[in-house]
Amino acid sequence: MAKRSVSILTRLLTNPSSPFTAPTRSITYMPRPGDGAPRTVTLIPGDGIGPLVTGAVEQVFEAMHAPVHFERYEVRGHMRRVPEEVMESVKRNKVCLKGGLATPVGGGVSSLNMQLRKELDIFASLVNCINVPGLVTRHENVDIVVIRENTEGEYAGLEHEVVPGVVESLKVITKFCSERIARYAFEYAYLNNRKKVTAVHKANIMKLADGLFLESCREVAKAYPGITYNEIIVDNCCMQLVAKPEQFDVMVTPNLYGNLIANTAAGIAGGTGVMPGGNVGAEHAIFEQGASAGNVGNDKIVEQKKANPVALLLSSAMMLKHLQFPTFADRLEVAVKQVIREGKWRTKDLGGDCTTQEVVDAVIAALD
Amino acid sequence: MRGLSMRLFLVSLRVFMVITKFCSERIAKYAFEYAYLNNRKKVTAVHKANIMKLADGLFLESCREVAKKYPGITYNEIIVDNCCMQLVAKPEQFDVMVTPNLYGNLVANTAAGIAGGTGVMPGGNVGADHAVFEQGASAGNVGKDKIVRENKANPVALLLSSAMMLRHLQFPSFADRLETAVKRVISEGNCRTKDLGGQSTTQQVVDAVIANLE
Repeated sequence: MAKRSVSILTRLLTNPSSPFTAPTRSITYMPRPGDGAPRTVTLIPGDGIGPLVTGAVEQVFEAMHAPVHFERYEVRGHMRRVPEEVMESVKRNKVCLKGGLATPVGGGVSSLNMQLRKELDIFASLVNCINVPGLVTRHENVDIVVIRENTEGEYAGLEHEVVPGVVESLKVITKFCSERIARYAFEYAYLNNRKKVTAVHKANIMKLADGLFLESCREVAKAYPGITYNEIIVDNCCMQLVAKPEQFDVMVTPNLYGNLIANTAAGIAGGTGVMPGGNVGAEHAIFEQGASAGNVGNDKIVEQKKANPVALLLSSAMMLKHLQFPTFADRLEVAVKQVIREGKWRTKDLGGDCTTQEVVDAVIAALD
Repeated sequence: MRGLSMRLFLVSLRVFMVITKFCSERIAKYAFEYAYLNNRKKVTAVHKANIMKLADGLFLESCREVAKKYPGITYNEIIVDNCCMQLVAKPEQFDVMVTPNLYGNLVANTAAGIAGGTGVMPGGNVGADHAVFEQGASAGNVGKDKIVRENKANPVALLLSSAMMLRHLQFPSFADRLETAVKRVISEGNCRTKDLGGQSTTQQVVDAVIANLE
């Protein structure tokens, strides 16, 4: 088998046209002998709506006869650490699909989502916030990719109480991490024919930390003269996002701003229930719904089984592309797109009243 | 007068067509894997096993073995002479065709002609470790002197094969851009080489493709 000299970084999520308008490929894709061999993927259903939506993915993959075999592990957000066997599994399989893991507020239990990302050094998080045909939103022509640094910044988890009543929380920004996320963002833009990268920052206040982030972005921008680069302060950015989101293309951000920007952009484009996304590092990749990885829905949705499976279905399509099964990815996306466009089967967050299972059945029926 | 006596040297030429289980199996495996990965519904094996019972028979056996592993894909067989006739009469019935070497050459050229000509069909060659991309059918066809002199060769087939190559190298965005541009130029119709009914030179087609790149 030919050695793949192209790193996993550049393989991730290349998404030439929007996931919603991807046509069936007119020219064929010539696999290497053996490319059809099934791949094993670690599956973490998680909390709340997690099992519902990962179950949806499993059903659709089954219907498509996708060459993916899932290794399921139970992990709950209130556990102290991700179990060792789960880590081993992800390290072995290199790819993981997960539902949400809720991080308890306060209480000294650190986020399992963060633990996974840090231990596996999954440094880039990507959310594609794009209008879905058939889903009417206030803004048209939204197609924003938010690339967020995943391992440091305000999420370094370094907090201490200096004296009773006074707490210090450390935000750590390093040249190393800033450079690699900037490089990833520009490389993504290059490989996906994107025209502009915008760095989001608050360097007027955090002159050293965000200043370092900006410097790294500027350095990398010089290596990509064909791509426009600009910078925007995060408060203005939030305002621009809700006023004129069409101006944004690819956005590269440190950890916290990225979380907020991704959720805002996802909301603008149609809601976190439909946006696909993933996380990638040099060796591993974790796919989960685009924004709000910690959002596991409320009890009512879990009880009534009315969670929206679309976001995770589309993220699993990105995962299929990552695993180099582009035809299966296309079939899945086309089916999901059709179901949304037809408008008959929608969960509550999209204005309908269906259960998860009804949406899954509709997607399976729409598969060609 | 001595009669001319000619001695006829009878030289018997034996041409061996070699079919091995190993090669038949791997091409059958590739064909079914291809069909599976590209959402194709049917694989047709092309043969002449009624005559070459052992050689093509071995080929067919290998195809049947592999077909059992892909219950979701329809498998059928067709004798090559009937195949040629069916290709020109009702080509829509065919999807993926797996063939031994010679029949494949002929069937590929026929099908390419049916679908629009060897000047536009993309194709490639692949092995376990390497891949060679060239225009779809007629790899040995290097055109005539006149076409070379006038620089009027059709670049479309090789452009589309190079798009397959870009996918093989895992640059799908670039492959899509290239294919979209080429497709647009062909469908617009005002920049075509002679084999497609136009009068353009290779460079004109190239310039049109470049102009259509986004």
